[in-house]
Amino acid sequence: MEAVLALAIGVLSGSGVYLLLRPRTFQVIMGLTLISYAVNLFIFSMGRLKVDSEPVLIKGFSATLANTADPMPQALVLTAIVIGFAMTALFLVVMLASRGLTGTDHVDGEERKEAGE
Amino acid sequence: MTELFHLLDRFLEFSMPHLVAVPILVPMLTAALMLLLGENRRRAKSALSVISGLVGLLAALALLRWVNAADTGGGPGSIGVYLPGNWRAPFGIVLVADRLSTLMVALTGVIAFAASIYSTSRWDRAGVHFHPLLQLQLMGLNGAFLTGDLFNLFVFFEVMLAASYGLLLHGSGRLRVQAGLHYIAINLAASSLFLIGAAILYGVTGTLNMADLGVRIAELAPGDRGLVHAAAAILATAFFAKAGAWPLNFWLVPAYSAAVSPVGAVFALLTKLGVYTVLRLWTVLFAPDTGDSAAFGQAALVGIGLATLFVGAIGIVGTQRLSNLAGFSVLVSAGTLLTAVGLGQPAVWAGALYYLLSSTLAVSAFFLLTDMIERWRNAGMSVAPHEAAGNAPFLAEDLRVIDDVNLDDEAQALYGRAIPAGVAFLGLSFMGCTLLLAGLPPLSGFVGKFAMLSGVLDEKGVTAAAWLFLVLLIVSGFLSLIALSRTGIRHFWTQPHPTMPSLPALEVLPVAALLAACVALTVWAGPVMQHAQATARGLKAPEAYRNAVMGATQVPNPVVAPARMPVKEAAP
Repeated sequence: MEAVLALAIGVLSGSGVYLLLRPRTFQVIMGLTLISYAVNLFIFSMGRLKVDSEPVLIKGFSATLANTADPMPQALVLTAIVIGFAMTALFLVVMLASRGLTGTDHVDGEERKEAGE
Repeated sequence: MTELFHLLDRFLEFSMPHLVAVPILVPMLTAALMLLLGENRRRAKSALSVISGLVGLLAALALLRWVNAADTGGGPGSIGVYLPGNWRAPFGIVLVADRLSTLMVALTGVIAFAASIYSTSRWDRAGVHFHPLLQLQLMGLNGAFLTGDLFNLFVFFEVMLAASYGLLLHGSGRLRVQAGLHYIAINLAASSLFLIGAAILYGVTGTLNMADLGVRIAELAPGDRGLVHAAAAILATAFFAKAGAWPLNFWLVPAYSAAVSPVGAVFALLTKLGVYTVLRLWTVLFAPDTGDSAAFGQAALVGIGLATLFVGAIGIVGTQRLSNLAGFSVLVSAGTLLTAVGLGQPAVWAGALYYLLSSTLAVSAFFLLTDMIERWRNAGMSVAPHEAAGNAPFLAEDLRVIDDVNLDDEAQALYGRAIPAGVAFLGLSFMGCTLLLAGLPPLSGFVGKFAMLSGVLDEKGVTAAAWLFLVLLIVSGFLSLIALSRTGIRHFWTQPHPTMPSLPALEVLPVAALLAACVALTVWAGPVMQHAQATARGLKAPEAYRNAVMGATQVPNPVVAPARMPVKEAAP
């Protein structure tokens, strides 16, 4: 399971970084979204991977992480998702404004001039 | 007078620790209240904004008094800890007001108050929701300065950033949207790094409380230290992007100079937040007693700081636009501070804290001044030609150039009540900013730089990095002087202007107040320096901070205990 999760995080962040470095605003926002998915999975994994274990204390069992999942990273992920979502929405608006004002979806607001053009 | 102070101390003692939350709550509630007012109640919003700024400033000064006074708390250097959820320290979030935090909150209060007054003159009408965004920005800044929890720091960073995105775009126009696009993309990426770093730290140590993190890192097994160091490096990358450290600072100058001037003045604080976070986390996480981790990454911090200082100094001579000059001054200041932090000597830190106050006030004043000078040079137009050329479709009607209405006897457009001797004011203020930014006597910029330099030289065996810092600090001051006096000559002496600047009192007062604050810093350099030195000593030995945070007691439940029911012990 560790390998699957690590691969997922790796693929997501790798694709995210690649897209983030592309020149179109849509690619940039997709890249940021993928990176935030990768980060969320990563935070989740920092609470250690456990199957069939709830983040609540169970009567009769001692309150250690041997018996429960760590609730803290789950709370952190929830916060990070909400914040990331809001920021992405805001970024979309700015992106559209930039498209409207400059007439292009290049991140620099103008197409790169090719040599010999 | 002593009686009055005694009464004040009694009141402060009574209102602690709740006073710690005031700098966060007041802007938050003000912003919420403003949203309820309609968009056409501008006067009410402006008034609320200024009042909130004043209350925030007073609260910050009260905290500063509480931290330093002899008969409040545990005497001078007492640390106020507020438990917002009434959970003990490692379990719940804490707000901590120690010397460093209160100093930063007070600085924020001064600049925010000045910027909010300045904006009521006209910039708050260049778009919607200026004042609520400014208040949220303050809430984020104050929260980030006061919090003692790493994840809470992230949340306040995001509050501050979200508001700053809105403020940067205030007034709209192509330049701002372009700069905003880059600014937001960089900061979203940096926030991801912040989360990764915080998550690893939690994964290794099992805590997010800064004070607790320091204790846990000291007890770590050698095998886990690598992970903590990696986490710290990733976190630091995020903070360097905020602080404007090279090579993560190419967004800074375009973004800061595109923003409307009161926003630029507040943005001067944002890079200081990056520096503050580096200083705070570095001293708490990698304190001298943390074994192999002590002072981790010192060489990198100094190197990056020196590179930033160098790039800022080159940039400042390479630009001629006033707002770009202000932006590069921010970089010079950030580079100086990061290097001074990295040198790790309390005497240098004390000088750096003093320099931080002086340079932030000066840069803020300079941002405000820029707007007035540009408007004067654009022959009374409220907007620069590049903005008037149809690139700012959302510009409010009253900011457009008006041809034949509202003219005074000399056929000049009226902007509220103008003060006399406008050119003299602009020229003198510009000169004041030059002295402050270049670090020349007699103003506080010189005192700050001198304190840092003497701190560097007092150390036995000055290192090569320290020598380089010394040289770069002096050279950067010299280059700032060249750049600023060149611009000053060009703006004030060489070209005769047919018009006199019409400066409304609402714009003159904040600039004058910021510069007066710098003069006050110079006059009362002794007490300020004592505070800075005590802060630096406290940072070097963070036991007091740790003990105060970890030892904070909960407020007992107010309910009267009901008749006790026999409770069955749960079977193990």
